[in-house]
Amino acid sequence: MKMDCLLAGVGGQGTVLASRLIAQTAMSKGFTAHTSETIGMAQRGGSVISQVRLGHAACAPAIPLGAADLIIGFEPAEALRNLAYLKADGALLVSRNPIRPVTSSLGQGYALDEILAYLAQAAPRCVFIDGEALCREAGSGKVLNVVVLGVAAAEGLLPFSKDELLTTMLAHVPAKFVELNKQAFAVGFDHRKYEAEDGGAK
Amino acid sequence: MAKQLLMGNEAIALGAIRAGVDVVSGYPGTPSTEVLETIAKHRPERTYIEWSINEKAGMEVAAGAAYAGARALVTMKQVGLNVASDPLMSLAYIGVKGALVVLVADDPGPISSQTEQDTRHFAQFAHLPVFDPTSPEEAYELIGEAFRYSEQYHTPVIFRPTTQICHACASIEVVDEIDGHAIEGFIKDMKWVIFPKLSYQNHLRILQQERVLAEDFAAFPYNRLGGSRSAVRGIISSGVSTAYVNEVLAMTGDPVRTLSIATPHPFPAKLALDFLEGLTDVLAVEELDPVLEEELLKLCGRYHLPVNIHGKLTDEMNLAGANHFENVRAAIDAFCGRSAAADALSAAPAGLPPLPVRPPVLCAGCPHRGSFYSVKAAMQRAKLPAVFTGDIGCYTLGNAKPLDMVDTCLCMGADITMAQGLQRAESGRKHIAFIGDSTFFHTGIPGIINAVYNGTDITVMILDNSTTAMTGHQPHPGTGHTMMGGVTEKVHIDKVLAGCNVKCIKHANPLRLEESIAAVTEAVAYPGVSVVIFEAPCIALFKAEPPLRVAAEKCIGCRRCINEIGCPAISLTTEGKAVIDENLCYGCDLCSQLCPVQAIGGVQK
Repeated sequence: MKMDCLLAGVGGQGTVLASRLIAQTAMSKGFTAHTSETIGMAQRGGSVISQVRLGHAACAPAIPLGAADLIIGFEPAEALRNLAYLKADGALLVSRNPIRPVTSSLGQGYALDEILAYLAQAAPRCVFIDGEALCREAGSGKVLNVVVLGVAAAEGLLPFSKDELLTTMLAHVPAKFVELNKQAFAVGFDHRKYEAEDGGAK
Repeated sequence: MAKQLLMGNEAIALGAIRAGVDVVSGYPGTPSTEVLETIAKHRPERTYIEWSINEKAGMEVAAGAAYAGARALVTMKQVGLNVASDPLMSLAYIGVKGALVVLVADDPGPISSQTEQDTRHFAQFAHLPVFDPTSPEEAYELIGEAFRYSEQYHTPVIFRPTTQICHACASIEVVDEIDGHAIEGFIKDMKWVIFPKLSYQNHLRILQQERVLAEDFAAFPYNRLGGSRSAVRGIISSGVSTAYVNEVLAMTGDPVRTLSIATPHPFPAKLALDFLEGLTDVLAVEELDPVLEEELLKLCGRYHLPVNIHGKLTDEMNLAGANHFENVRAAIDAFCGRSAAADALSAAPAGLPPLPVRPPVLCAGCPHRGSFYSVKAAMQRAKLPAVFTGDIGCYTLGNAKPLDMVDTCLCMGADITMAQGLQRAESGRKHIAFIGDSTFFHTGIPGIINAVYNGTDITVMILDNSTTAMTGHQPHPGTGHTMMGGVTEKVHIDKVLAGCNVKCIKHANPLRLEESIAAVTEAVAYPGVSVVIFEAPCIALFKAEPPLRVAAEKCIGCRRCINEIGCPAISLTTEGKAVIDENLCYGCDLCSQLCPVQAIGGVQK
């Protein structure tokens, strides 16, 4: 099994933990894993990406353009910013709630509808979720990273079973957040139930 | 032991523990920071670990330990080596008894740095060996070699990973044994005292040692000769570039000979000559300076070899910035006489909607926002023209609009001294310097002394958030605890200032606007050196207060809360009302102090 997965988001959204959990799960199944994350100044609310490369004996840390099997966009503009990394037959999983940067509030704007429309036609498979609503359901605005893993498991976007991902997740989050993260994963896994009325996934 | 997912820096740390490191010092700096932190997290029984106040202090602490026979490691980022270069240059002459590994992380890109300086050149300059790992997996092994060589040759060695090695993770098999050893202790000898006559002798000695090491490195197993023996084209690479070259070649199958160099200095010339034999053309793929490229040119010149060397000097590789798959692929395509690959994609597909620019910003609730804004407001009220000199840390982000309060940023500690020079050249404006608490202890204090001694009229704003925030919240002398976790004597900033004879010292809570503006106004009016210490902890050090909320019916859509302080938690609804993201808001209350109609308040439940 070889798989390249890129996680795009905004500093503070927890893409690093999500990419580590994907890598750890792969390792628990006996695959090699490499990851690379944005660390440093950009973490302060800037654009960040995490890259996970599974099943390569040795590989460079960065995924080549057009080589990612999956892009998980924690934020629509960040998903689009990295779209060129997606394979022609790759899949997209995107939280459709924007995080408007200060530059946008100061007048630069944010073309949300155009961005979402572009993403929707950019890949043969594009799963949109209402990350904000799902986080609310899970009880915290800060668990989008685990919610998206639940969604990915439900949609079959990662080469792992629900239990495999859940086991790794529970082994790697701090003890006091285990219950919250369990709930976040469960909400993500059942996301279609919570989003039934707006037809979030296609 | 099972394989672990380790970041390059963690791999280096565990490799250093395995090598029996006794003393670790350093100053935080991206991308080097996690090396020392990981060693501290594992707390091997034999190892002492400290965050030093700056890289020079760290280098000297580590050197002292190595003089006594310990295995020492000092960690820093590339610009940190500039601060530590004074002891390093002399240490190269004096040498060490135990081991001294100087870990200097370079930052091609740069991602989080002021310069793209190449530490391999520093190694050449200092006549010191340098190790350059190609992957986190290799870094784990290579750090042990660095300790071994240092001890064997009684010389400091430089270990130089780059961002893409430091911050990449790989599954690595960790060995639990520690290569323990006894520390003999310091033996008094004239060889530890640098004098001109000794320096001359040592200069000759280290040049000779360089030649011996070059011979030794020609057989070093991490310098890898590979690919086709019958090829006429060759590719030389080092560091993460080797990983990109391998990935491209795996795809293209080009019949080339390859040489990957783990020891760029002293350059393993004998191995390189073997590599060059029979080749007509060589492409050098490396980040930052053309170090390997120049070494090959020297060899071709000396031995009259008919080989064309391609790379940065021939504009066939990018001159600055990091390497990645695409530019390495394009260079190899061109080198092998192919037009750009058909499957190479453009980074920006056609018809893309406009994307918001998303630069890093001060966090919602960051006390620096209040510090910057109160200085700005005080100067606007007093109608005083001013220049704001900035420094290195989270507060460099005060340059972003709408705060726009960082007019200069050069290097650690420069805000205080640059303000003095500006003041000498242009006394009609106010000169206000901004420095963080950790940077103050790093290199700020001599600037204060210089200002007091020379009687300069400047005001220094010390942004004391009780941590070294940008690099991930390390303790410093003002925090009262150390990396070993112990409680220690606090060094009080105001007492340091008073000891330096600063006569006007004000304290303010940056999240109380009027109090802060008053303190700034008084300090700036003082003729001579004045200081405002803004005290409020970094938001990472405490739990968020309940978030604030905008009462939509009261909000008049004046945008003052957005246009004045640029908090990332505040944005506008489609109706033009301000709205606060409750996941980001830390309840700092700065925005409510700006609202002209009191529309912003605490959560009503």
